[in-house]
Amino acid sequence: MNLAALEKLDRRWLFLIVGLLVLGPLLKPLGLPLGTSKPVKMFHDAVAGIPDGAIVLMSCDYDPGAKPEVVPMTRTAFRQLMEKRCRVVITCLWPGGSSLVDQTIESVANEMRAEGHDLVYGRDYVDLGYKAGYEAVMVLMGKGIANAFPQDQRANSTASLPLMRNVRDYSSFAMLVNISSGYPGTKEWVQQVNSRFHLPMVSGCTAVSAPEYYPYLQSGQLKGLLGGMAGAAEYEKLRGEKGAATKGMDAQSLAHAFIALCIIAGNVLQWRKRGARS
Amino acid sequence: MNISHDLGVWIAALMTLFILSFLYKDNPLYKLAEHLFVGISAGYYIVLNFWTVVMPNLVDPLVRSFTGRDPVTHAVVQQVGGPFQGTIGDYRGWLLIPALLGALLFTRMISKIEWVSRWSLAMIIGVYAGLKTTGFAQGDLVAQAQGSLRPLWTGELWSSVNAIVFTIGLVTSLLYFFYSREHKGALGVAARTGIVFLMVSFGAGYGYTVMSRLSLLIGRFQFLIEDWLGIR
Repeated sequence: MNLAALEKLDRRWLFLIVGLLVLGPLLKPLGLPLGTSKPVKMFHDAVAGIPDGAIVLMSCDYDPGAKPEVVPMTRTAFRQLMEKRCRVVITCLWPGGSSLVDQTIESVANEMRAEGHDLVYGRDYVDLGYKAGYEAVMVLMGKGIANAFPQDQRANSTASLPLMRNVRDYSSFAMLVNISSGYPGTKEWVQQVNSRFHLPMVSGCTAVSAPEYYPYLQSGQLKGLLGGMAGAAEYEKLRGEKGAATKGMDAQSLAHAFIALCIIAGNVLQWRKRGARS
Repeated sequence: MNISHDLGVWIAALMTLFILSFLYKDNPLYKLAEHLFVGISAGYYIVLNFWTVVMPNLVDPLVRSFTGRDPVTHAVVQQVGGPFQGTIGDYRGWLLIPALLGALLFTRMISKIEWVSRWSLAMIIGVYAGLKTTGFAQGDLVAQAQGSLRPLWTGELWSSVNAIVFTIGLVTSLLYFFYSREHKGALGVAARTGIVFLMVSFGAGYGYTVMSRLSLLIGRFQFLIEDWLGIR
């Protein structure tokens, strides 16, 4: 193969190949094997270890730009919590995310109602929606959740919701489940809430931010971590579900293999050019 | 195949295709989608912040404090004391202060008095600098230093190897950023070892970034295939 020809290759061919490698497995799944990593198992076990019926804070800090990675995590985590009869208070610190979060939560709740679960909005779960202020909101919630969120996402008065009558501040929660795609997100929750209010915490995040959060896992500040679509797919596997993340993993694996080949080819080309020059 | 009859899905699908068309080359359809996105996002965020922040967190509590009635239901609200007898969580008329500071930000639009907006900005910067500094000190500096002090021998072979590699990586990476002496001799060896660890971390970061970006493409294709074309 003439490697020099690769140097002049129009990059649109690479885009086309990546596109086909992604499209193919989505139309015809290959069923490539999928393992489970320790951080994902820790996440699953930490949520499983929450006492049944406890109140959990779930902060979904993302917008539609990260939907393929974080929505599957939100779905699986919310379902796991609901199956444990935990009561969940949902917040969102990203302006573009509140509607998506509400839609996601409600679709899971509706699926569970269709399966025979008795779920009532306001009693079993509450969506407090979006609030501007980033870290200031986190600190304000420590003085009282209703201070920061006088109304929920559906414009109900927070005080009128039965679940919220049992919620005062962070001491009311057994755990914080944070699904994050950047700032504000896991890092800020660790800095402002986990370390100040000692609220145990797990995180699901986009792959691009996962390397930044591994030190928190190693130090025990996070009890579990889901990194990107792969983390979401492993979590689905542990829960015995086959959601959007699992369906996307074949495409993910093929495209990754191709990109790795491109990197190797690029390096070989550079070594050869350097050798020819010297 | 069961193509969607939802207008919203069609608009989203066409916008996705318009944006993806940039991969071939820049074109008017891409520009159209890009401008629509910027304009709609700006409008959406303004309206969202008005109804979810300005109204419930500022206007409604002020109306409640000064009129003694709930602004939505118009029912009489029981409140002990006057509009300025607030407590933590019930700030009442004192919310006029953040309202005023917020309004001062708009003086930037009038050149003669734009300097007044600096008072509000000073408040914002001061509060966030304080929050960030204390948060970093508690969440990162102290907790990470504690987390890094680990026994090298844990009683189990592989976790001990892990702890030793971790410690070597930590120390040599820190030494790489020590610039007060030339990187020669033992310091040079340590610094070069540190570069190896840093390169591994950059590689892991790159791999995760690739996964993130591919996930976005997969998500869009899943939307086009399942929601738009109805292939399941």
